[in-house]
Parts: sequence; C-alpha cells; structure tokens
Amino acid sequence: MELKGIEKRFSGVTVLEGVDLALYPGCVQALAGENGAGKSTLMKVLSGVHQADAGEIWLRGNKVRFTTPRQAMEAGIAIIHQELNLVGGLSAGENIFLGREPRTRLGTVDWPRLYRQAGELLARLKQPIDPRAPVAGLSIGQQQMVEIARALSLDAEIIIMDEPTDALTGIETEILEQVVAALREEGRSLVMITHRLPEIFRMCDSVAVLRDGQLVHDGLTSALNENDLIRKMVGRELADRYPYEPPTLGEVMIEVDRLSAPGVFEVSFSARAGEVLGFGGLMGAGRTEMAQAICGDRPIQAGEVRIRQQPVRFASPQDALRAGLVYVPEDRKQAGLLLEHSVADNMSLAALPAFCGPLGLINAGRERAAVAHYIEAFQIKLRDMHQPIDTLSGGNQQKVSLAKALMTKPEIVILDEPTRGVDVGAKREIYLLINELKRQGKCVLLISSEMPELLGLSDRIMVLANGRISGEFTREDATQETIMTAAAHSEAATETVTP
Amino acid sequence: MSTLTMNKAATRLLIDNKAFLALALLVIVSAALSDNFLTVDNILNVLRQSSINAIIAMGVTFVILTAGIDLSVGAVLALTGAFAGAMTASGLTPWVGVPGTVAAGACLGAISGAFVAFGRIQAFIVTLVAMTILRGAALVFTDGRPISIGTTPAADLFWQLGGGYWLGVPIPIYLMFFVFVLCWGVLHHTRFGRHVYAVGGGEKVARLSGINVARVKISVYAISGACAALASVVLTARLGSAQPTAGTGYELDAIAAVVIGGTSLMGGRGRIFGTLVGALVIGVLNNALNIMGVSSYFQMIAKGAVILLAVLLDSRSNSS
Repeated sequence: MELKGIEKRFSGVTVLEGVDLALYPGCVQALAGENGAGKSTLMKVLSGVHQADAGEIWLRGNKVRFTTPRQAMEAGIAIIHQELNLVGGLSAGENIFLGREPRTRLGTVDWPRLYRQAGELLARLKQPIDPRAPVAGLSIGQQQMVEIARALSLDAEIIIMDEPTDALTGIETEILEQVVAALREEGRSLVMITHRLPEIFRMCDSVAVLRDGQLVHDGLTSALNENDLIRKMVGRELADRYPYEPPTLGEVMIEVDRLSAPGVFEVSFSARAGEVLGFGGLMGAGRTEMAQAICGDRPIQAGEVRIRQQPVRFASPQDALRAGLVYVPEDRKQAGLLLEHSVADNMSLAALPAFCGPLGLINAGRERAAVAHYIEAFQIKLRDMHQPIDTLSGGNQQKVSLAKALMTKPEIVILDEPTRGVDVGAKREIYLLINELKRQGKCVLLISSEMPELLGLSDRIMVLANGRISGEFTREDATQETIMTAAAHSEAATETVTP
Repeated sequence: MSTLTMNKAATRLLIDNKAFLALALLVIVSAALSDNFLTVDNILNVLRQSSINAIIAMGVTFVILTAGIDLSVGAVLALTGAFAGAMTASGLTPWVGVPGTVAAGACLGAISGAFVAFGRIQAFIVTLVAMTILRGAALVFTDGRPISIGTTPAADLFWQLGGGYWLGVPIPIYLMFFVFVLCWGVLHHTRFGRHVYAVGGGEKVARLSGINVARVKISVYAISGACAALASVVLTARLGSAQPTAGTGYELDAIAAVVIGGTSLMGGRGRIFGTLVGALVIGVLNNALNIMGVSSYFQMIAKGAVILLAVLLDSRSNSS
C-alpha cells in the first residue's frame, strides 16, 4: 500500500501536507509525532473516515478511493481507534461479527456458527475470552483483543492501531506485543500510532515522523535512537513568537500538596502571584483532571489545596470562583461556552453576581458596559455582542472564554490548552493577554500540549505523566527534549523527582 | 423613530415569533369564516378559556428551558385544586388559602425537582411517577368526590378568582398577564433567569461558570408546580368545586403551547412570550372550531395538525 502526496484541510487549516508513506506486508510501521501533528488524521484518511483533499492512495498496484469506512474495510483495511468501537451490551462474538453476522438459510442469525468462528479467532490470539461474554465486563486490554479479532475476521491485510497501549496494563501490553509479532509473521501490515517511544523501538520495524502535518522522517527504527527521534518530533526553533517577560514574583498564591483524585496521584506544586506555571505532558497525562480537582469539579481523594496559606476544599466550581480561582476549560464547545447563546450572555455568565442588584435583578447597563470593555480590550472581532457565539472564529471564541473568566476578577487563573483550535495570529494575542495577567500579579497555571508555547510562556514547568508529576524544570533548564523525555518516560522520571 | 426602523422591528418580531404569525393567521381565517368570532365578548371568552393552559404552560416553559419536562402538572392541578376547595369550604379566606395552595404546588414540584437533580433520574420518568402518585393522592384526598367550595363569604370571594370581572374583563385574564409579566421579568432580567437558560444550554458549562445546577433544577420544577397550583385555583373557583379528575391531559396541552411558542425541547432556547402566544393559538383554534360547529372528534384531529404544522415551521426555519 502506498500513500502519495496526501493533503487534508479542515475549514481552511492545513492538517496534512504532501504526505508520502508506504506500507509493506510483514512489517510494523510506527507513526510518531507531537499532539496535533496529524497522525490520527492521516490514518482516518487511510481508512475512509476522511477524504483527502489531494493525493492518491494505491493498494496492491491499483489506485483506490475510499468514501466510507466500509469501503476501506472491504478492501482489507481495519482501524482500531483510541476510543474502542464496541457495543458494551453485546457479547464479544456479536461485536466481532456486527453487521456481518453469519446467516442460516432462513435468513436468521446462525448463532452456533457465529460463536464457533468467534471462538476460533480469539483462540488464534491466545485469548481466554468467552465469545458469549458481554464486552462491557471485559478489561480494556481484552476489549482491544476483541477489536483485533474483528480485524482478523475481516481478513484485514492492513491493521491500524491508534495508541493501542494507552489504556493497557504492563502485562496486557506484553500480550499485545506478542499478538503484533504473530500478525507480522502472518505477513500482515501493521501501523502503530504511539507516544511511547520505547514501544516504537521494541515493536516496530520502521518509523515515520509527522510534524505540523508534514512527513519529516521515514526510515528503519534501527537507524535511530530515542534522542534522535525526539529531536525529529519536536524540531521547530523557538522564534520570538512567544513574547516572554520576566516575572515580578509576589506571595505564594496556591499550594497543592499531595493531591489525589481519579486520574491524579499525589501531585504537589506551588505557584506565586505574577508567575506563569506551565504544565506539560502528553494527552491523557492527567493535567485536565488535576485542574478539575483543584477547581472543585472532580472529587478529591487525598491531599490538600491551600490558597494564600489557607486550606480550601471546594465542593463545586462555584466555591472556587468565590475564592478567586477560575478554570478556563480546554473543551470550549462542551465545557467553556454555550454555543447557541449570545456573546454577551456567555461572557457575563460567571460574573453575574457583580451586575446584580436586589432580587437578583440584572443591571443591564452595567453588564453591557463590562462586555463592551472586554470586547474592546481583547480586540474581539464581531458584529454585535448579541450575536450567537458559534458565529465567531475559534480565536475570538477563546478570547470570549478568557474574558468570561477574567470578569470574575480572579487571583488564580487555570488555562487549559488556551490556544487549541486557534490560528497563529490570535495565538499571539492570547499570549500577550497571558503576559498582561502576569503583570497584573495574577497567578497563572498554564496547561499546554504545545511544547514551544509552554517553553515560550512559562516561568517554570511541571511535567505530568500517568497522573503523576514526572519532572519539574526552571525556564533555563527546560528544553523540548528534557520535557518530552519526562513526559514519555513516566516511570524512570518519577523516581528521580520523588524526594 | 423612522418608519424604516419600525418596519425592521416589526419584521424582526415576526421572524422571531412564528407562533405569533400562526396566531394572526388563525385569527384572520376565523374572522373570515365566522361573524361571531371577532366580537369583544368572544375575544374575552377565548382569553379566559386560554388562561388556565397559559398559566400552566408558562411554568412548564421554565422546566423545558433547562432541557427537562414536567408531565405532572395536570395531577398537581387536581391535588392542589382539592386543597384549595377544602380550605375554602372550611371558610378560610382566599387571602391565606390561595398563597397556601400555590406554596403547596411549589413544594410538590420541588420534590420532583429534587429527584431530577440529586437522584439523577430522567425528568420524564420522575414526573410520570409524580403524575401517577399525585393523581392517586387527589382521589384519596377527595375520596373520589368533588369538593364544593360552599356558599360562605370566603367562597364568594374565592369564586371571583374564576368567575369575577374587573372593568368588564374576567379576573383569570388579569392573572394570566400577571404571571406572564412575572415570568418574563424573571427569565430576562434576573440572574436566576440566565441560569435557567445556561443549565439548558449546557450543564457542564453552567457548573464551571459557578452555577448551582441542582438549585436551578429544583427551582424550575417548583415554579412549574406553583403555576399549576395557581391554575387550579382559577379552575376550582370557576367551577365552584374541586374535581379529583380535573386537569387530565393538561400536561400535553401545556407542552404543546410551549413547543408551538418556539421553545426547544433540547433546552436553552425559547421565550415566555412564545408560550403565551402558543396557548392562545390552541385557545383560538378550539374556539373557532366550536363556533363553526365542528364536532369535538374532528377538533382533536385539527389541533394535532396545527401543532405539527407549527413545530415543522419552527424546525425548518431553525435548521436553515
């Protein structure tokens, strides 16, 4: 199979640009790259979920074009998504043959044949899974095996796995490695998308690296070491895209002491007024969960949060807001903004108490004045403040999100991926706003998966991996390589920082 | 003020209020088909007949704005109507009895609301259960028989709320407009009103914006219950007695009025003015069909068709 000059754009933003990639039978190809480099998009093009805007796909010497996932499936391409695609209430066997159930001559489902064949497939993977067991009762690793069995039942020549080991335990990962080796022996072609560098070297024959939608490397794994690979993944130089200003540090605003919550384990740090404390890590490292726990949106299991030396325990984000801590969520559409509602209603929502008189009556004049002030100060481009917010660009939506948070007059601001889905120009404006917050003596906790941004804005950087702090760097010590190492090598790094 | 801006404002009003357009159309057609329709007496009659549904529907609007649903309002009406009837029959002045009835309705609604907010049960199920239980409670409380309000001075004063006039206009119409102004003010000019829209627009967003989502949910069901109770006062007063089977099917008329008024069942979008107009659409339709002597069997079919048409119009214009 061969991909030639694949291009893909989403609403004007180029996600993939001229990507060439060849897959060979009996070969495991790794696909590496930073978050947002375009790995998943490339695989979705390959498996018919998205259509390429330009470029060709060749399969066994024939040019093909997939407009639906089903066509790709029938051509022998199976993809196992990061979020598994199984129906929890159905049995393993039913899931494997979903939509392709063997039939009897009367047209009813041939259950004995279905379960026999499912059993054979699972046995081939050496899995002791009962094909009649409901999938919801299986472990994540077992569920993944069911997905692989489904790929085998399709007799897929090409099997793509998106972050297959993310949710697996150590033993399950070993089993997966054996299965991958066995599939390679059978002459199948495999693609592994993974953040975990050691796995690339253990399991894959060759590795391709994507950066900003372009293929920057493609070659044998044995020709590289981990450091080479990291350098190829992060690549970019830091330009003055990041208008850094040295901080004027004030008192300690927030201390987090051995905080544990679902997905967060014994996280400790402190930050001062006027400081930008960055949080790096891979997707799913537990940074969002940590922020949710701090702001009262996720139950705390152990540990303590102190604000200005006072222990606090927020039962809800409402408590946090009252204490001067505001969280700007990463997911604007689901958690940050009410998309159908107007810009003004969104912006003032969290700060309404400030505009209310007796009986909760809103002083519309004061509210409008405050909204107009922020629209002007943040240079938010819009027709009028009463237009629905989903008619604004991503960058302007994000500015409204920030304005909404700042209207509550916070002391501590947690920004979760503040520039996701924002174009370059608006990014810089948001960086300037962050600097402005710093100058005003606010304490900013900045969660970002964009490495240059993190390095360019933070005064200090904490790195999380698997819900734990795996590294802490001063601005001077931090480089893309050191952070990437801490983010990807969770176990090793944890040992070095644990006091 | 130039005519241009006047025209623009008028056009805007029509686009925003397709229900209003439907109502105007319905009035014109009815007036053309029957000489008896556009008389002062008949207009007052339509308004009075619509008032009970309108009061209930305005309360239900709060619930639907939070993406909930309230099927229990008919049963709440029956039970609180029985309370009102019994209190009046015992000679209690309506100055105490009516607020008491409304408070009882609010409590009944708040209980449903608490199950929705804390029990994490779907509103449909909670209020379906409430409908069954409260209907049963109404039958138990009245022993299955109507409760006459009697002929005491208190009863005479109470009766005014359903059958009385002031300046030639029936009292229920004043009550309907009073509820409308109150609801409109709360929804569009208070923090609580914003919170109602925010909870319906996105619970997660609302919570992260520092809104106490559970309190908002309990409050909207309480408002819905209170409105149903006020409607029960009007109905009981008008009939002179509380019927244990009163209000059967009222929840569906109320939901229909809300939906015709353009409020989204998905929550977060809609207006109280639309609901008022929606209730009038249903009222005018019933009235016109009555005047024209259409059989009540056909009336049901016609009502269904109009609701379907109104909702279709709304969903088409929203998707474009």
